[in-house]
Amino acid sequence: MGFFDNALLAGSCIAIASGLIGWFVVLRVQVFAGDALSHVAFTGALAAAAAGLDLRLGLFVATVAVALGLAALGERARADDVTIGIVFVGTLGLGVLCLDLFNAGAAGANGTIAARALFGSIFSLTAGEAQLAALIAAGIVAALLSIGRPLLFASLDESVAAAGGVPVRALGLAFLALLGLDAAEATQAVGALLLLGLLAAPAGAAHRLTASPYRGMALSATIALVSMWIGLALSYWIAVLAPGSMVVLVAAAFYALTALL
Amino acid sequence: MNPHLTWNLAADVRQLVEYRFMVNALLAASVVAVMAAVVGWFMVLRRETFAGHTLSMMSFPGAAAAALMGLPLAAGYFAFCTAGALVIAGASGVGGRRAPAQESAVIGTVGALALALGFLLLSVYGGVLESLESLLFGSILGVTRGQVLTLAIVAVCVLSLLALAGRPLLFASIDEPLARARRVPVGSLSVAFLLMLGLAVAATAQITGVLLVFALLVAPAGIARELTPRIDAGLALSVLLGLVIAWVGLGLSYFTNYSPGFYVSTIALVLYAGARVARSV
Repeated sequence: MGFFDNALLAGSCIAIASGLIGWFVVLRVQVFAGDALSHVAFTGALAAAAAGLDLRLGLFVATVAVALGLAALGERARADDVTIGIVFVGTLGLGVLCLDLFNAGAAGANGTIAARALFGSIFSLTAGEAQLAALIAAGIVAALLSIGRPLLFASLDESVAAAGGVPVRALGLAFLALLGLDAAEATQAVGALLLLGLLAAPAGAAHRLTASPYRGMALSATIALVSMWIGLALSYWIAVLAPGSMVVLVAAAFYALTALL
Repeated sequence: MNPHLTWNLAADVRQLVEYRFMVNALLAASVVAVMAAVVGWFMVLRRETFAGHTLSMMSFPGAAAAALMGLPLAAGYFAFCTAGALVIAGASGVGGRRAPAQESAVIGTVGALALALGFLLLSVYGGVLESLESLLFGSILGVTRGQVLTLAIVAVCVLSLLALAGRPLLFASIDEPLARARRVPVGSLSVAFLLMLGLAVAATAQITGVLLVFALLVAPAGIARELTPRIDAGLALSVLLGLVIAWVGLGLSYFTNYSPGFYVSTIALVLYAGARVARSV
């Protein structure tokens, strides 16, 4: 398989997972938390790089840990925006320290690693990495669908769900952990900073177009997938355009289109 | 001579102001810290933290576009942040009913779009990655006197506007329906505040870097909110904390070899954690 096939496989799976998760993120008004988690991915990747470990290990450990921490800090597994803001600037600061350490340690190292973590490098995935990314994305989707119904209930009407015996807090925790996993996963494709585009834009568009949950989820995943394909194709043909940026620009264009309709 | 930290505070301060660039950096940071603390206090009160974050993202493509066109970076910062404030104000339906889910989706999309655009512009520019790092995470090197002056002018403008609009803004932020009933222009106040927020963020980003604006914008106000519910005391505390965070952060960065961004944001995080613990005991 060539590098484009790898990118297509990993990118498609990541897009579907992000589109589905994103639909719930927008419904639960947790876009800011998703944003913070994507910045945490940057710190995780750089900490792993500074310690000489596998980047993905750092990514997954950092995002899931901070997701659980955010859930623990807030009431009913939802942190308020000031807490999120401060946690996120604190973790980014640590990321900067790791960057300093890494730059000081590795001879002749430059900002490449930082740029890779921040803006992704989907075209440099190997076949093995792409398959692993696809498997993890499939796992995220399966986990999300298995808690889908109670999560939907808990997101739409928290008090009624809690009164009906739905474990609202545990669901909120599990959802943030899934969001963390997805952030770590998507960082490899579109980068820590651009992940938000894949989470918020397709889901925002889907919420604008339909109020029906299942149709909305399907629509959100489809828009994310199509944005990924168009973005990858554009940056394949025009080499100067970075793939992560193009995917986000296409997704944002879809959102703008639905807003104008 | 390499600066190193001693137990003699006076000697430390003397070392700190020995170089011109450091004096400029301290002056710029002080100006920015005061403005960010005041504007940030209102931002936290109005629950517009996410919007503030997105506006800070706007300064990244702003700087990249300015570099591409050969304009001074500050022009790019201010132009894009102001434009971002108008987009958010327009898209989140000021004056009409607010739909939180859609509003956050808009803000998130604008933020991601800004970063994507910035990175794209840099790669078209043939971006030097070191400048990417200092754009995103700040640098204390190379702050000029002219820059300090620009920041001071912006700060004076923003703070005097805020002083003028302060009372009605406070009213509109605390009890919007009542303020509306009393014919306070809630809609135009909220657009005006987003514009001020944009200017403050653009100024702060030039010192802390695009990604670490929150260390001076949210943290002081967040800590002050934990410690006092009063308005005057809260504002004063917020300004004081902002200055402390900025000075100690820059100072430590000067004496060691790590970025100011790391120190500033870590001090902010530690102080906030301390305030939360202090309130809960």
